[in-house]
Amino acid sequence: MRNSRKVYARPDLCTGCRSCEIACAVEHSASKELLSALFESPPPRYRMDVQAVNGVKLPVNCRHCTEPDCLFACKSGAISKDLKTGEVQINLAKCVGCWMCVMVCPFGAVSPDMDRAKATKCDLCTGSASGPACVQSCPTKALIYGNADEFNAWRQP
Amino acid sequence: MTKTNKSADPATISAHDHARQLDVATAWERHETMLPLCAFGDLGLCCTICYMGPCRIDPFSKEDLRGACGADRNTISARNFTRAVSAGTAAHSDHARGVCHTLLDTAKGKAPGYQVSDPVKLGKLATELGIKTENLSQVDLAAKVGHFLTDEFGKQDGTLAFLKRAPKVQQERWERAGVTPRAIDREVVECLHRTHEGVDSDYRSLILSAARCALADGWGGSMIATELQDVLFGSPRPVRSKVNLGVLKADCVNVVVHGHEPVLSEMLARAAREVEILDYAKSKGAAGIILAGICCTANEILMRQGMPVAGNFLQQELAVTTGAVDSMVVDVQCVMPGLAGVAKHFHTKLITTSNKARIAGVDHVPFEERHALETARRILRSAADNFCRRDPARVDIPPQSMDLVAGFTAENTFHHLGGTYRGSYRPLNDGIMAGRLRGVVGVVGCNTVRVQHDYNHLAIVKELLKHDVLVVETGCAAIACAKAGMLTPEAALEFAGKGLQEICAAVGIPPVLHMGSCVDNSRILIACCEMVREGGIGDDLSQLPVAAVAAEAMSEKAVAIGLYAVASGITTFFNPAPRVLGSPEVFNYLTAGLEKDFGAHWVFDSDPHKIAQGVIEHLDAKRAALKLHPMLYPVEMSRTA
Repeated sequence: MRNSRKVYARPDLCTGCRSCEIACAVEHSASKELLSALFESPPPRYRMDVQAVNGVKLPVNCRHCTEPDCLFACKSGAISKDLKTGEVQINLAKCVGCWMCVMVCPFGAVSPDMDRAKATKCDLCTGSASGPACVQSCPTKALIYGNADEFNAWRQP
Repeated sequence: MTKTNKSADPATISAHDHARQLDVATAWERHETMLPLCAFGDLGLCCTICYMGPCRIDPFSKEDLRGACGADRNTISARNFTRAVSAGTAAHSDHARGVCHTLLDTAKGKAPGYQVSDPVKLGKLATELGIKTENLSQVDLAAKVGHFLTDEFGKQDGTLAFLKRAPKVQQERWERAGVTPRAIDREVVECLHRTHEGVDSDYRSLILSAARCALADGWGGSMIATELQDVLFGSPRPVRSKVNLGVLKADCVNVVVHGHEPVLSEMLARAAREVEILDYAKSKGAAGIILAGICCTANEILMRQGMPVAGNFLQQELAVTTGAVDSMVVDVQCVMPGLAGVAKHFHTKLITTSNKARIAGVDHVPFEERHALETARRILRSAADNFCRRDPARVDIPPQSMDLVAGFTAENTFHHLGGTYRGSYRPLNDGIMAGRLRGVVGVVGCNTVRVQHDYNHLAIVKELLKHDVLVVETGCAAIACAKAGMLTPEAALEFAGKGLQEICAAVGIPPVLHMGSCVDNSRILIACCEMVREGGIGDDLSQLPVAAVAAEAMSEKAVAIGLYAVASGITTFFNPAPRVLGSPEVFNYLTAGLEKDFGAHWVFDSDPHKIAQGVIEHLDAKRAALKLHPMLYPVEMSRTA
């Protein structure tokens, strides 16, 4: 599991500009293009957000937990964990919108999409060749897509 | 190293490749380090007006999100837009103020070297402004006209004098909409006041005030600049010259002037022809002196002096990276601060001359009218000295240069169309009414790294010519078309439709008329007024089969020009869109809502072929509303991708 890759953030580099949120929404829009995405209905949603507590800013997204509470709480079997990659994904076809996962997530990383009646969270932009859009968009490079060792090496001064 | 596809101009591509080989970063490379662009800023949803913020609105939220003060997305984007328009107006108008002062100094005898070069135009202006001309010497007349127009900036009563040039119906439209500009500075100041924290928050009222400010640019600042530059330096006449980086010569002292004001560059043009200066250059081993321009300074000395043009906005750094420019003399506007870093890689001496525009670490030679000619000589001599320091191994001048004809104005087009003794817009209006010409379109504006350099200008103009549209151009768009050979009369045969060819052949004009710099967009307004006055195609500007296109817009000045065109009844196609896309209400107001007040609107589209198609449909709709003849010749519909 130590080799599973996810999006890590460095609060010391985050300026709180929220560019990652916009990039996330655009990546999950139908057109995948900012100007067209503006006119989509229902509007695209981002699956992460930048939180600020006591002056510390941090983009928060799904931690793809080793023992995901959301997975155990899901009554319809929509949430699964890939034991090889470590990714936790929601199968939208199975999601019934009961919001159990939303309630149990300790990070607040799952949110209810009322327009579509589905739970949404970071899917690591699976299918995008250039990797997670938030990482691409960050102007201060406060986000990294990698495994725990890569993150530790990166955050050392 | 892969070939760049950043430009449609081969000279630019090869110069850019050369720069990359030498590891010199230009605007394109710097732009890449800025990607991805901040979406909040790009959409106009970032507000930095007060110090509770910065605030930004999530464009995808369905909630009625507000900034700290309660401003919603409409207020925020409309305020940002209004501020851009005021800055653009301020730029053109402060340029105009400088020209006014030069005229006044000339009249007072404080500016040796300057003179009234077009006394006829001065006399006409005086009559128009209600100044009695009898028993007045030329100097006194210049002083009176200079004072009158200087007062336009700060007067406390009345409205701008040149508004009376517009058709009566147009003036009434402005009155009804409450956008008649009072004084130039006042409109800029009022816009800054309105957009201050906690003042105007209604997006419609903000945008109408921006329209009034923009009109103070088009019918005020820009128009004054054009008129008085004509008075001081002579009204342009058609001239032949050359364009593109290939005008620089390896064996000559190359001096490039860049910026917007002709006040110093006219003196440089004069000094560059002086025998002593030429001899000095020759004594340093050079074959001669090439004085070439970039941006609108280029257009100004091209129009009046026939000086060659080295390139447009995105070529400013590439002129330096040819390694062959001994001195680059810059004044104001569109001068990239990045030039200083690029010039450090070469022997090129960069010189700032305006006290309003200095660059840290760059030599500043303050320009004052009373020493103008002497300053010009000094600059040229130091360039000749610098010629000796040129490193031939680093010189790579692209071979491309193209012939062009420039120098068209609202007045002399008159003569071309009707002949010297019966100058008239009749042939133009007749051509439109008979269906030979579909209409007249102004293709103007800048370059931007967000669009392939020159590509949109060329694609749109080619399409318009094919559809029998007479194109008038200014600024960097004109230089783009000149580089592609579209400013020669011969080009009519290659690009123009049959009806346009007939008109061009009968009158002897190119199908694309170069009308000058960006303040010279005021010439296009006057030409439109003349078309209305000639009759048969509408009572105000909004009924004419005309349009404006700025498809590679970059500056706040471009936004101001776009808005005064729309507020003057000319529908304007603009790309990239000003920063208003984050507010659907403001977007709709600009692209549709303004139609009610002005009979024109903005169109935001990024595809040049769709823009051309849109322009043609717009002209056809105007023609249909006027019940004009159908077009005489069908267009072979071979739309190129």
